[in-house]
Amino acid sequence: MTASKPTNANFDRFLHARRKLYNYIFLGLTGLATAIALAALALILETLVVKGVAGLDIHVFTMSQPAPDMAGGLLNAIVGSLIMCAIGMVIALFVGILAGTWLAEYGDGTKLATIVRFLNDILISAPSILIGLFVYELLVRPFHGFSAAAGGVALALLAMPVATRATEDIMRMQPNALREAGMALGANRGHVIRSIIWRASKSGLMTGALLSFARISGETAPLLFTSLGNPFLSTKLTQPMASMPTTIFQFAMSAYDDWQRLAWAGALLIAVAVLTTNIIGRALTRGSTHK
Amino acid sequence: MAVAAPSPPPQGQAAASAGNDTLRVTDAQGDPRQPGGDHIFRWLSLTAVLVMMATLLGLVLSLVSGGWMALSHFGISFFTTSTWDPVADQYGAAAPIVGTLITSFLALLLALPVAIGVAVFLVEICPQMIARWLAIAVELLAGIPSIVYGMWGLFVLAPWFAAHVQLPLMMAVTPGSWLETLISGVPNGANIFTASLILAVMILPYIAAILRELLMSVPSHMREAAYGLGCTQREVVMRIMLPYVRKSAIGAVMLGLGRALGETMAVTFIIGNSHNFPGSLFDSGSTISSTIANEFTEATGDMHISALIALGLVLFLITFATIATARLLLGRGGPK
Repeated sequence: MTASKPTNANFDRFLHARRKLYNYIFLGLTGLATAIALAALALILETLVVKGVAGLDIHVFTMSQPAPDMAGGLLNAIVGSLIMCAIGMVIALFVGILAGTWLAEYGDGTKLATIVRFLNDILISAPSILIGLFVYELLVRPFHGFSAAAGGVALALLAMPVATRATEDIMRMQPNALREAGMALGANRGHVIRSIIWRASKSGLMTGALLSFARISGETAPLLFTSLGNPFLSTKLTQPMASMPTTIFQFAMSAYDDWQRLAWAGALLIAVAVLTTNIIGRALTRGSTHK
Repeated sequence: MAVAAPSPPPQGQAAASAGNDTLRVTDAQGDPRQPGGDHIFRWLSLTAVLVMMATLLGLVLSLVSGGWMALSHFGISFFTTSTWDPVADQYGAAAPIVGTLITSFLALLLALPVAIGVAVFLVEICPQMIARWLAIAVELLAGIPSIVYGMWGLFVLAPWFAAHVQLPLMMAVTPGSWLETLISGVPNGANIFTASLILAVMILPYIAAILRELLMSVPSHMREAAYGLGCTQREVVMRIMLPYVRKSAIGAVMLGLGRALGETMAVTFIIGNSHNFPGSLFDSGSTISSTIANEFTEATGDMHISALIALGLVLFLITFATIATARLLLGRGGPK
């Protein structure tokens, strides 16, 4: 503030106009930022849909990886991805739901829980390629070979913290009256949790599962050196196995047009899978929280 | 399973006799005459928690033990030299480490203003009906798998950038000036700048979504009071709302940074993958994660693998510090 001047109506009006002008510029800039973000989304989705649909045909789902210039599809990669995601989800949900339960019910207020919660949040954001390196050291190097099982474990380690966090969050939202009512009936703590709290949290747990699935189904980096990839259809867990993301990576980096077309088709497929899982997951949350 | 059926109703007297104390459900251990049931479940769930912790511990230990050979052999020169030569078994990681830091910070620089703009627009300016849909669109952008960003970068962004930005710029600058040094490089669009651009697009929705939630958490009486004093929207946002969420907002930004630091596939596609120390903005380069992704399966020598894992350890330390700070700043309200 400068030294007080005699109030000047013109000067006031000038200040007011300047503030309004700045405000309009500010509004314009925020609108511009939103337009930029939406344009990026539109550009990426447009390329993805145009190129992806061009590469889609029935062979994509019925045939395995072709030699360059031959007809072929992504069957081996689709099957491989489904198997490894299934392994990952089973392990991740088992451990994640139990760990989340402990954090929400038994560990609440203890020092251990605070530390675990913090480290779990860090694991959620940890770079996925490091998980790949860890599983390589844990399951690939000792057994002298890449395997689908290692890939599934890598995905499990990625989904686990997400499932833990989602489980804890939803169980905390259940009213204490539910627990009290269960115990008043004579059920012990574990029984109350399993039969009442889990049941009340069903849709939330479902959302957690979907979100963790969305997290891992598009992951490439942790699979590169665990399940490696396999040009043939394989269901053996001890052998290398193809997956959508690694196959797409290999095809996209190749010099063959056919492979690049398949890569776009595959990219469209996993993007659609991830986005719909995300949307269903979020829709479930909105439906269950009555907000 | 009916809740009451399998358990006898013994709690009555026990609860009544203990009824003088405050009833705290969180401390109740259930019926002591039903041994097993609760304890097994309790220990099972604690075991799950320990499995989680073992994962993190195992991650650190495996990176340290795997990278130890390279780290002890090269010592400090692993960080200070940039000769990366698998044939001569000579490894210096300065180039990928610097590449990681440059691309991430550049991405943050590009994404942050836009992310703030988006968040402010969605919370304070745009009508709520439209804002809900726009917020979903932004979240969609966050959900796209990184490999799709990478392909888009390689096949769409890089050629466009080379033809419409890089070449004209190279024509325009005076030869020999510092500007020319800054933008020199092979004009194929695969360089540090385009990698940063892709990273920026990737972390933008992520940061914007957290900032939006933070801004929505500002108590409405504070906003209304400011408006009541005659503040413009800009003044309310810049002087009331953003300062109010400042601490958490810094956490959100650092979380975005952590994501950029660790991102692998999108960068691997577009950064050009050269091990030279980056000499200019439009030079091809590498990051820690792109180097690991490119070379790990093809590495034959033990020293090469060890050097790559040591790189992973460096990445772990950088991201751990970043994310831990972010989470501390964000508190428990952080995103999943």
